Amino acid sequence: MNEFLSTLTDPSITFLRYALIAGLLASVAFGVIGSYVVIKRITYIAGAIAHCVLGGIGAALFFSRRYDISWLTPMTGAVIAALAAALIIGLISIHAQEREDSIISALWVTGMAAGIMFMARTPGYIDPMSYLFGNILMISRQDLWTIVALDSCVVTLGILFYNKMLAVCFDEEFARLRGVNTRFYYLLLLCLTALTIVLMIRIVGIVLVIALFSLPAAVAGQYSSRLWQMMIISTLLSMFYVTAGLAVSYGPNLPSGATIVMIAGLGYLLTMTGRLLSRKQHG
Amino acid sequence: MRPAHLHSKATMANDPILTFDNVSFAFDDIEVLSNVSFSAQSHESICVVGPNGGGKSTLIKLALGLLQPDKGTITVLGTTPLKARTRIGYMPQFLQYDQRYPVSVLDVALMGRLGNSLFGLYSRKDKEVARHALDEMGVGDLTGRPFGALSGGQRQRVLIARALACEPELLLLDEPTANVDPAVENQLLEILHDLAATITVITVTHDLGFVSQLIDRVICVNRFVKVHPTSEVTGEVIQDIYGGDLKMVRHDHCCSARGHTHERIS
Repeated sequence: MNEFLSTLTDPSITFLRYALIAGLLASVAFGVIGSYVVIKRITYIAGAIAHCVLGGIGAALFFSRRYDISWLTPMTGAVIAALAAALIIGLISIHAQEREDSIISALWVTGMAAGIMFMARTPGYIDPMSYLFGNILMISRQDLWTIVALDSCVVTLGILFYNKMLAVCFDEEFARLRGVNTRFYYLLLLCLTALTIVLMIRIVGIVLVIALFSLPAAVAGQYSSRLWQMMIISTLLSMFYVTAGLAVSYGPNLPSGATIVMIAGLGYLLTMTGRLLSRKQHG
Repeated sequence: MRPAHLHSKATMANDPILTFDNVSFAFDDIEVLSNVSFSAQSHESICVVGPNGGGKSTLIKLALGLLQPDKGTITVLGTTPLKARTRIGYMPQFLQYDQRYPVSVLDVALMGRLGNSLFGLYSRKDKEVARHALDEMGVGDLTGRPFGALSGGQRQRVLIARALACEPELLLLDEPTANVDPAVENQLLEILHDLAATITVITVTHDLGFVSQLIDRVICVNRFVKVHPTSEVTGEVIQDIYGGDLKMVRHDHCCSARGHTHERIS
């Protein structure tokens, strides 16, 4: 723990500070958007979007190195792929009459497979593991600024449309009858979900990012009777999980993304066990 | 038979509030409504009855523009269903929602005020209207309660309050007494009776006991539609619509305090 604190305050070592700042900032987006995702029950769709992101990262790495396109960073590729996946899945689930889940699964795996194939064909060594499970050493100053910009964009839109989102998630048909363009808000929610996923890819990676969507919100849902309470509690929980995960993993050199998710899973398990026991006690 | 209070409905008296002209609708190949034509006036309290699966909810969804007819035209409040829909207060039959959905009673009622601004922020007036609607439905003291913690009857009232919060010209209630016990059902009927004094109410029900003295007109739906003034709902008519074995419910005599009972449609 001391080692964590001394590294964090060491002016010459930046990556841990960047990781912590990025994690804390992203926690706000995860608290707000994650609450919508959980009450709308679309964590499965969020999972599909997250995995499609690997395709975007792979393509960005491949084209930027092959054709020397400097602006095409993995982060840019991730944003483009996430938004594209969100729009495709959103339009499919609006228009598909049935078998929506098969189509989502198909996108999930092909997106990921495309990413792996692009990475294999990219000149130079690329470790897919760091994208799949996160690597805090890779967070650059530029990444941090991207995270700041995306985070403020997502959180602002998420809060601004609170009432409409709440109504659309609660009773889509009624919201539509009130003249609300529910399809637009559904697609907006999926796009915000996509951007939120991108925020945490550096820290916990594509595979584990869903944990930070669903686990803090699921715990917060047990203690909130209003959506805004759920958002605040899950933001704070997410901040705690990120900080604790980084602190615990740093000394023994554990993978930090996995440690963060492990702590979030433990928190969920304890809450659920506590709920179960107290319910049994009260009859 | 028309109660005196109906004279206060000065708005567009005698104008048709809902007109179906030769409307047909089918889900895939199964025809739910067949060449349906009827017209309902704005100063009437109307009840839509018919057996389960007879097309009652389909008729309502067509009127709201949630479904498009395969044939024919529908006119609501003098315009198309799509243009009229924000002037209609609607209470759905089934609301599939999560018991733990983090929403308060006032939050739900406020959804009736949605669509008035770009970001959907609620004004002071919106909150007043929503509170007033909850008061009117007798659930004004529950505003801060989580919606999921309410009883079935309380939930129905909140959903009617949400429809009222739209300040509608027409109230469409799909099975408002479904899943509530008889005592609550009677309370709801009284409330609906009071509402009918100020606003045109169209109520869908599969329960013929609902068709009581407060209803002016009955629209019977079972693929085909027949419209009757309540006084004309005789055993023959009911048999025609439901088919087969059914005891007649008389609506022109007084009922006991608990309302009247009748045999279930078998």
